Amino acid sequence: MRRLFAASSVRALISGDPVAAAPSQARPLQIALLRQKKCKRLTMWELIRANKRNSIILMTLMATVLLILGAVIGLLVFGPQGAFFGLIIAAAVWLVLTFISFSQGDQIFLAASRAKPVTHDVHPQLFNIVEEMKIAAALPAMPKIYIIDDPAPNAFATGRSPQTASVAVTAGLLGRLNRDELQGVIAHEISHILHRDILFVTMAGVMLGSIVLLSHVLLRGMFYSSMGSRRRYSSGGRGSGHAQIVIVIIAIVVAILAPIMAQLLYFALSRKREYLADADGARLTRYPEGLAGALEKIASDRSPQLASANKVTAPMYIVNPFKKQGQMKLADLTSTHPPISERVRILRNMTHGASFKDYSDAFKAVTHKATVVPAAALAKEDIEIRRAEASTEKEQRTQTQVRQVGDIMRKLNNFLFLTCACGLKLKIPPNYKSDKVKCPRCKRTLDAARQKPAGKNP
Amino acid sequence: MIPALIVVVVILVLIIGAIIAIYNALVRLRNQVDNSWSQIDVQLKRRHDLIPNLVETAKGYMKHERETFEAITKARSQAMGAKTVSDAAKAEGALGDALSKFMLVVENYPDLKANQNFLSLQEELTATENRIAFARQNYNDQVLFFNNKIQMFPSNIIAGMFSFTKRDFFELESEAERETPKVSFS
Repeated sequence: MRRLFAASSVRALISGDPVAAAPSQARPLQIALLRQKKCKRLTMWELIRANKRNSIILMTLMATVLLILGAVIGLLVFGPQGAFFGLIIAAAVWLVLTFISFSQGDQIFLAASRAKPVTHDVHPQLFNIVEEMKIAAALPAMPKIYIIDDPAPNAFATGRSPQTASVAVTAGLLGRLNRDELQGVIAHEISHILHRDILFVTMAGVMLGSIVLLSHVLLRGMFYSSMGSRRRYSSGGRGSGHAQIVIVIIAIVVAILAPIMAQLLYFALSRKREYLADADGARLTRYPEGLAGALEKIASDRSPQLASANKVTAPMYIVNPFKKQGQMKLADLTSTHPPISERVRILRNMTHGASFKDYSDAFKAVTHKATVVPAAALAKEDIEIRRAEASTEKEQRTQTQVRQVGDIMRKLNNFLFLTCACGLKLKIPPNYKSDKVKCPRCKRTLDAARQKPAGKNP
Repeated sequence: MIPALIVVVVILVLIIGAIIAIYNALVRLRNQVDNSWSQIDVQLKRRHDLIPNLVETAKGYMKHERETFEAITKARSQAMGAKTVSDAAKAEGALGDALSKFMLVVENYPDLKANQNFLSLQEELTATENRIAFARQNYNDQVLFFNNKIQMFPSNIIAGMFSFTKRDFFELESEAERETPKVSFS
């Protein structure tokens, strides 16, 4: 029991939690101070370093797959001496794609997800929350904020570095979550930025893309060259038929296996990163319940799946944007995200504190697996959980919130807002061409000329 | 003779290298602490700038709450004049108390609560309070790490040589917080 007192006092000292800072127990406080000297604290750098090491291993594995693929293509197309040439082609494809994704990747991705940049006035609360989390994580710059006009609740972060990061959330997310839950989601995304996951996902995604592309080329090429080579054999050219057949078989196996292997590697690491982002999200907010509640709401959502997501971009989202079809064991291997119910249970199990250690303990208790948190992050760290701020809210509030977000999206989409003299509010879509509109209730004619379009944000 | 010399030189180089590395790490940490302090400073300034607006908007509705306003204004000027970290902590804690009392009083004025201007000011105030809390959280994390590094072997030797000194935590002292001590049994 003394231990508990001591621990909670240290937490109070560190986190500055209002409740726990009770100076009444003098002796435990002394013990706490002694303990505090000994406790080692992890820097973000150690976690990033561990992450980097994993990324390098994964990238090396994927690069090996890519180069083998290139060599096989070379062998097949240019004969026995072509392997090296094939390697160069594979590397070149990868380099070009990497260059494009490095310079433009986030913009391409944001455009593909139909995300719109927003300013502070459009959704002040979202901006405030992002800024809070930016401060908590000590990011060097404020991430750019985007909203996706889609009813499916989801969010992602992208960018090359913490200096040039972007965060995007869907309208569905803004409509359903309360402030604490939204904060949890944003903290998760900011953690992805902080851990450099955004760069990793982009680079690994490009590598995966190159592998898929090359294996496609290989399979196609074999289909065509099989006709040509048959002719060559009949004319009795080389007489190395056996070797040729072996190479062809290897090529087929490689062409089929390479994308699958690359994908499994990609997904395995992105799953792990989701756990880590959850852990750090809980640590940044000091409030695991916020993220847990958000994940639960997202999981129970019944709206259709996100329209603008695909297999390569899926790991970037906070939850898998594809609704699952079956719950087979195989789905565990191929899914980009850990099951939501498991993530929620882990977060809810963090009853003692919000440090990485607490997350890791909760993780072990829930999954009975070895922890995902790198050992460097497991140093003793006493972090008290904060109390709820916005937890008690009425259902009614959710309704008005959904309506407000709907209006925000209409403003972003250049809808015209008119208020008739009879009190009716009209929202006129941008493709309405006429300058006049008749109020459906009182039959007055209103001026709908677009001299000042609403929501003219850049 | 020569091998012994080489060994000595290698050891010297290693020691100097270690000293440089530790010194650089300490400087980096100190800069992080300074940087996170400036983050708190920015947010506190923001809070101070927000208060006159808030008071001005509320004054028209709350005729009988002169004491509350005076407490806020006084706490604000004290907080703005604070020089050291511990002074600032005390004054900001008092300001926080005054503000939360004010927010409680506001509940009695439905007209004020319906005022659009006041509502947006209130959201700004909540957000600023949160930002201060998170900036403080980050600052205290950095200070703890820096202080640990200064006290631990071997970096404590280098810290002593180049006079790196311990930093204070930023704890907001507030009456409200002292009134509800937390007791955890089990």
